[in-house]
Amino acid sequence: MSERSGLPGTGLVKGLAVTLKTMTSRSTTQQYPDVAPELPPRSRGVIALLAENCTVCMLCARECPDWCIYIDSHKEEVAVPGAARPRQRNVLDRFDIDFSLCMYCGICVEVCPFDALYWSPEFEYAEYDIKDLLHDKDHLGQWMGSVPPPPAHDRNGEPAKEEATAARKAAAPTSSAVARPGPGPAADGSAT
Amino acid sequence: MPTWLELVVRVGGVLVAFLTLPLVVGQAEHKVMAHMQGRLGPMYAGGFHGWAQLIADGVKFVQKEDITPREADRPVFRLAPVVALVPYLLVLLVIPLGPDDLVGQPLDIGLFFVLAVVGVGVVAVLMSAWASANKYSLLGGLRGAAQLLGYELPLVLAAASVAMAAGTLSLGGIVEAWRPWWLLWQAPAMIVFFVAGLAEIRRPPFDMPVADSELVFGYMTEYTGLRFAFFLLAEYVGIVVIAALTTVLFLGGWQGPFADAQLGWLWTLVKVFAVSFVIIWLRVSYPRLREDQLQRLCWLVLVPVALAQLVLTAAVRLAL
Repeated sequence: MSERSGLPGTGLVKGLAVTLKTMTSRSTTQQYPDVAPELPPRSRGVIALLAENCTVCMLCARECPDWCIYIDSHKEEVAVPGAARPRQRNVLDRFDIDFSLCMYCGICVEVCPFDALYWSPEFEYAEYDIKDLLHDKDHLGQWMGSVPPPPAHDRNGEPAKEEATAARKAAAPTSSAVARPGPGPAADGSAT
Repeated sequence: MPTWLELVVRVGGVLVAFLTLPLVVGQAEHKVMAHMQGRLGPMYAGGFHGWAQLIADGVKFVQKEDITPREADRPVFRLAPVVALVPYLLVLLVIPLGPDDLVGQPLDIGLFFVLAVVGVGVVAVLMSAWASANKYSLLGGLRGAAQLLGYELPLVLAAASVAMAAGTLSLGGIVEAWRPWWLLWQAPAMIVFFVAGLAEIRRPPFDMPVADSELVFGYMTEYTGLRFAFFLLAEYVGIVVIAALTTVLFLGGWQGPFADAQLGWLWTLVKVFAVSFVIIWLRVSYPRLREDQLQRLCWLVLVPVALAQLVLTAAVRLAL
């Protein structure tokens, strides 16, 4: 009633125009169960575990804000032929993530120094019972298949640490082939 | 053709139209409304773009429990949906689809009959509202009564204008007398008739008696199952009836660009569906009017315009 601009009824016509335009433009609805959604390439769907890389350092379990990662391990003696004494190695017995607690912050993925945890875009793992959301390391390992390859390195950025080290080694091949802590240009990366 | 066979064919034809056209309009409403709101609407029932959605709805309604509230006035409560539905069926009987008697029952006072029968709708509203023993239903019913009685007047006045122009009350006769320049001459009457018709079938933006967000569902609150389905069907048949009446009275019925004698039925159907689309379009675009705005629109806008149109029609008729 308080419309002051132009002819009476322009508001009514505008309303009709809006609905007509919406009708003729394509709807954005995704027919999800029939058509798989087009997710962004690095979607954070679920956390996948590459168990071979895990050294049971427990960093992820300790950093997890809601303590949803459960790790058990035991030590194993590995007799290396030619070595002075057998070495000890951590063997991963259990690596569970409780996805009913997980809040998908991704700190565990960030904090893992050995690249054992990855984001996978897989998201269809709903369960009927909340207990079934506790996934063990075999299940977490199955999701590794859907992890996308790591993004390409920025062409104009600094080279990766590993690359720089390799380049330096190649430039000075005389120093040492064995990476022992000691005098040498290759040691600065690990000694700090 | 013997008389009884002709009778069966005609009544059967009207019955088929009565059962299919509302479903087509209803499905169109589902899809058009969805797309106007940036959705897809039903996509599963029947496979292709949910074409069988209303059939599935009907099956669902049949399976539901038929509840009559304890305090309800049982016979009246049970009769009301039928009273809502039957008048529209009777109206479809006299609406001409094409030339040469392509009509359920040609009637010389067709327009009079149609307006009288459409007016029965208010009785169904009051019956269901009072018999439900529910305060929301009663409020909705009283709103409905006020609205239907108020809008009956501009509806009749606008229809009288076109009847005066054509010099006949027969719907077929009106279509025959219709000329394209009437689109301009009778435009105010057409708008008044269309708006009043919208209010008459209680479509948004004139759905105060139903008003699901404030009165739950008005006079339909207590209805379940098949009886509720009857009310819904009555709403869709109402769209078809108002669209068909607007077509016949103001848009020239079966008169089309060519081949009126053979393709008249097609022109009528095309126009009916076009007007139905506009009815759906208005529903999606506009919010519900307030009760006082509704009465104001009726008495201060539609009735004066309809009266002015009557004067204009009379003047032009006398001058010609």
